[in-house]
Amino acid sequence: MKKLINSPDNVVTEALRGFVAAHGDLVKAQFDPNFLVRADAPVKNKVAVISGGGSGHEPMHGGFVGRGMLDAACPGAVFTSPTPDQMLAATKAVDGGKGVLHIVKNYTGDVMNFEMAADLAKAEGIQVESVVIDDDVAVKDSTWTAGRRGVGATILAEKICGAAAEAGQSLAEVLDLCKKVNAQGRSMGMALTSCTVPHVGKPTFDLPEDEMEMGVGIHGEPGRTRMKLKSADEIVELLMEPIISDLPYRSGDEVLLFVNGLGGTPLIELYIVYRKAAEIAKKTGLKITRNLVGSYITSLEMAGTSITLLKLDAELTKLWDAPVHTPALRWGV
Amino acid sequence: METTAVNSISSETVLLWLQGCSKTYQQHKDELTQLDAAIGDADHGANMARGFTAVEGKLPSLKDKDIGTIFKTVAMTLISTVGGASGPLYGTFFLQAANGANGKSALTHEELFTVFAAGLQGLMNRGKAIVGEKTMVDALVPAIEALKPHEQDSLSDALDRAVTAAICGADSTVPLVAKKGRASYLGERSAGHLDPGASSTTLLLEALQQAFHSTS
Repeated sequence: MKKLINSPDNVVTEALRGFVAAHGDLVKAQFDPNFLVRADAPVKNKVAVISGGGSGHEPMHGGFVGRGMLDAACPGAVFTSPTPDQMLAATKAVDGGKGVLHIVKNYTGDVMNFEMAADLAKAEGIQVESVVIDDDVAVKDSTWTAGRRGVGATILAEKICGAAAEAGQSLAEVLDLCKKVNAQGRSMGMALTSCTVPHVGKPTFDLPEDEMEMGVGIHGEPGRTRMKLKSADEIVELLMEPIISDLPYRSGDEVLLFVNGLGGTPLIELYIVYRKAAEIAKKTGLKITRNLVGSYITSLEMAGTSITLLKLDAELTKLWDAPVHTPALRWGV
Repeated sequence: METTAVNSISSETVLLWLQGCSKTYQQHKDELTQLDAAIGDADHGANMARGFTAVEGKLPSLKDKDIGTIFKTVAMTLISTVGGASGPLYGTFFLQAANGANGKSALTHEELFTVFAAGLQGLMNRGKAIVGEKTMVDALVPAIEALKPHEQDSLSDALDRAVTAAICGADSTVPLVAKKGRASYLGERSAGHLDPGASSTTLLLEALQQAFHSTS
């Protein structure tokens, strides 16, 4: 393992300390339990929006804390859900009196830990609502699995709900918006290489030089199928087809197209992916009215990409365009 | 009828057990992580080791406490340090087990069975898994069942039965296709692997068996 770290035990705290050293104007960090809050938290009379998850997906979620997006983020150990004491402390730190929305990615651990935190917060008299994001079409959504994973739609939900909260919407309204983004967003990813969890010291899975993992999860969970490596255009076709046909997205739909890098794929390749994804979207009759290209939900140094489509309407578009000022997303300010 | 000393578990034995858990999860950290890497996300060994190391750190302050307090402290420590799904699951097990152990400095065989059964019920409510879905429940359900006292039974025999049942239960997960947890994303590809959660549950019960035999 070749990593720019001092010790696997200190990866998360040292990164958090560096993060606030760099972005102290936007975010503050609390330790034991660990969480990040926007610098002006709690904002009175505003719904607070919180997310959290294992570390190793940077900039998600800490990079999205700030005005117009998240009020707090709770980072767990690498690829491990944060614990209820973190979410409870963060919930209390950002509650401005109008309630708190927990945006949870659908992983067994995240869901259970957030459930316990919500129970504890409610017991202390804080209004809490939760949405579980499950947009990954690579996973069969059935009672026979843990259900679809939460991936790309998570940050779209964080942006849109953060904007709605900033605009003064109620907890019930922000909750409905979050559900809507989840209902209208679909994603799928693929990996060219594995990644190495610092504590483990070797790659999470073996992937031969000439093979790829389709439908990979953001924790390096092996995907659904492994196949011989194909060209970028063929890979994008294999990702776009299941995404488009799942919702389904129909001719005439306005969409946001989000091409995400998993950590080890350079931007030049992401634009090759975007080029083909946009071509397929247009051929299907979709109107790409907004987009996002970059590495926003990563899996340590994994090479690969994920594609997310979100069906837009006037309300979602307006909230997407609203000013946002966070370490990782910034416009309109 | 008076319960003989050898047929009950004292708070000292419980502390010894927890000490043993810390040791066994350190020793089996890489093994659990490798099992998890095969069908999950390669963090189970590190998570369990971190959680029970934290529990070990609390033991000196629990010396004269009742078993309910000990279990409650273990629960809160695991919930706040383990993360993943195992934190809430094992945490809930100890939290629910604590209710029936409040104020007690020893648990009879019957009481141990009752509090563990309550713990199991809490864990199953939290995780919503049943036997056969390739989870820790596959080891824990048969183990608790085997712990159930019957006539002319000894706790020593029951603990041996529980460990054997846990091992068999864990082994039974190998051919299973996972239906809960991260391994379920793999579908058919999860078959052929031992479930890391069932494996860590077996270690937990083996540590109890060892602590009991070393004091009786």
